[in-house]
Amino acid sequence: MTEKLTMAQALNRALRDAMAADGSVSVFGEDVGRLGGVFRITDGLAAEFGEDRCFDTPLAEAGIVGVAVGMAMNGMRPVVEMQFDAFAYPAFEQITSHVAKMRNRTRGQVALPMVIRVPYAGGIGGVEHHSDSSEAYFAHTPGLHVVTPSDPADAYGLLRAAVASDDPVVFLEPKKLYFGADEVDLDLPVPPIGRAVVRRPGTDATLIAYGPSVPVALDAAAAAAVEGRSLQVVDVRSLQPFDDDTVCRAVRSTGRAVVVAEAPGFVSVASEIAARVTERCWDALAAPVGRVTGLDIPYPPPRLEHLHLPDVDRVLDAVDDLRWERGE
Amino acid sequence: MRPDPEGLLPATEPVTLIDSDGAPVTPARAAVPPASELVAALGAMITARRFNDQAYALVRQGRLAVYPSSHGQEACQVAAARVLSDGDWLFPTYRDTAAVVARGVDPGQTLTLLSGEWHHGWDVATHRVAPLTTPLATQLPHAVGVAHAARLRGEDTVVLALCGDGGTSEGDFHEALNFAAVLRAPVVFLVQNNTFAISVPLSRQTAAPSLAHKGAGYGIPGQRVDGNDVAALLAVLGAAVDAARTGGGPQLVEAHTYRMQAHTNADDATRYRDDDEVAVWSRRDPVERLRTFLTRRGDVDEARLAAFADDAERLAARLRDELAADLRHDPSELFEHVYATPTPQLREQLAMLRDEATRDTPAGGSR
Ligand SMILES: Cc1ncc(C[n+]2csc(CCOP(=O)(O)OP(=O)(O)O)c2C)c(N)n1
Repeated sequence: MTEKLTMAQALNRALRDAMAADGSVSVFGEDVGRLGGVFRITDGLAAEFGEDRCFDTPLAEAGIVGVAVGMAMNGMRPVVEMQFDAFAYPAFEQITSHVAKMRNRTRGQVALPMVIRVPYAGGIGGVEHHSDSSEAYFAHTPGLHVVTPSDPADAYGLLRAAVASDDPVVFLEPKKLYFGADEVDLDLPVPPIGRAVVRRPGTDATLIAYGPSVPVALDAAAAAAVEGRSLQVVDVRSLQPFDDDTVCRAVRSTGRAVVVAEAPGFVSVASEIAARVTERCWDALAAPVGRVTGLDIPYPPPRLEHLHLPDVDRVLDAVDDLRWERGE
Repeated sequence: MRPDPEGLLPATEPVTLIDSDGAPVTPARAAVPPASELVAALGAMITARRFNDQAYALVRQGRLAVYPSSHGQEACQVAAARVLSDGDWLFPTYRDTAAVVARGVDPGQTLTLLSGEWHHGWDVATHRVAPLTTPLATQLPHAVGVAHAARLRGEDTVVLALCGDGGTSEGDFHEALNFAAVLRAPVVFLVQNNTFAISVPLSRQTAAPSLAHKGAGYGIPGQRVDGNDVAALLAVLGAAVDAARTGGGPQLVEAHTYRMQAHTNADDATRYRDDDEVAVWSRRDPVERLRTFLTRRGDVDEARLAAFADDAERLAARLRDELAADLRHDPSELFEHVYATPTPQLREQLAMLRDEATRDTPAGGSR
């Protein structure tokens, strides 16, 4: 059965269905109870499942994540919300030193089946600290799964998969996509974490994107088609584990690639993708892998964010630079 | 010598000098500030109220990205600024722009960041007002550092650091108090307990008898004060500043007040609180209370009140003017202050923006 849902509604449905399916799932964080979260992702959960299963915590992110660790050690599946990307930083110690390492430190005895939901990235006209692309911090930390959906259907499926995962998942929600609606099939089997997907077929070059940058890549591919160039778009979806197979197969099929991501480009997930693709597809590449990323600056204010974010023009410029004079 | 724990604990009742009807409370638990000071505070509060409401309106007009209003908290805002000397420092949060204005910063500059700029506007060193801080409680250790450095440098500076009730749950609040106490840093922590952290009521924030009780665990005296009574605030905060300045170490003051409006214009407070509760607090309005008190005592007359209203109107008009102009940016600003000297990579990225800008002009033709 399919339903038209916004990404926010799809996430809400995923939490509701996960809580209904498994009594050990509980949801907590700042303002997630009565208010339903500042983005309303937890709307109605406290009313439906009671205060024990969806509750407001004291305002302390390290505490929220730390308590979730303990609950996960004792048979629960906590799903916690960090209110905004930059407000997850007080929990950094808990996430990097404990959430990421507990399994390894205990020789596999203690798993932490928990999800840390983080509304992230820009494009919403937010003031400082409300638009960070923080994925590299998490993806760089061994022991964490990091996923990010780009449409309502994946939001639903990936969040169900994250809650079901026995390893901790940092679930990054592109907040600029929260309120875009699409058809979602709620009955599909829960997809595995770690699979990229080809969003648009194409033969001339491959755009590799994730989360908030996927719509940008799709728009660029549509624009390129008008100019007579066929661009394939791959949605990475899972930053860790990374689906080398799907991404490399796609790149090999076109021989050219551009990575598109909002985060500052220096030492970024985009850098990692470019490096992996270069190593694995070198013989098939007609040009160095391009990158279109955010600038290496603190996230700029509302009226200047367009200067920072990858857009269609920058993507097409990067595609133009892929040594077309060399043929093939 | 270890402090006597009893001496660190706050009294059961917050200090109130003027009750919500504008009548003096007897017996007074502290000296009521002189009339001249209260009259000046009234003027500043009338201005602060006007500033709050003008800023809120400017969001609707698209001139501000967001505004967390301190409507209802003007007594705290004004007292926090007025108890400080020129050489002292103020560490505000996003909700404390009215305190920044009361400290003498230009109203338009105060709202620079909220207007959608990439920086905080005012000259931090001249005004001795730190940038507004949004990540909760993270400014508090900075306040301790500034105070400690002042002591090491032989200055008699006091630092007043603001935070909300929600902020007291963050680790940085506790680390700041502990450092301040161990270092005997001259910091006054003023917690504006407005009973909500966005939607979360105080009862979910703490199980302590009061937020002021949190001082005792660190060896810091805690006090509670009626946050809608500027006379009590000036008396209690003034004494706390004096104590900190004269070697008494850090002080914690909890002011009981109320956030009369939604968290910001983006919030819908009807989802989590009743109008009845808001109505109770509107009868405790800090501006009305002081106006009644001073009018009854004959310390202000209609002419004086009219003059205050005029001053507030002038400030609002200035604010409107300052924010009316569209922001004009040279993109190079985004790169200029990331480091003392832009890195080669930043210079490259600036060149890319410049190149795009020339191509985007109609003559150059965009793609
Ligand atoms: C570290 C951090 N976490 C979360 C937030 C998001 N946030 C902004 S204001 C706020 C509530 C703060 O409440 P309180 O400290 O009582 O101050 P008030 O807003 O009532 O003045 C929250 C949760 C933040 N700014 N910083």
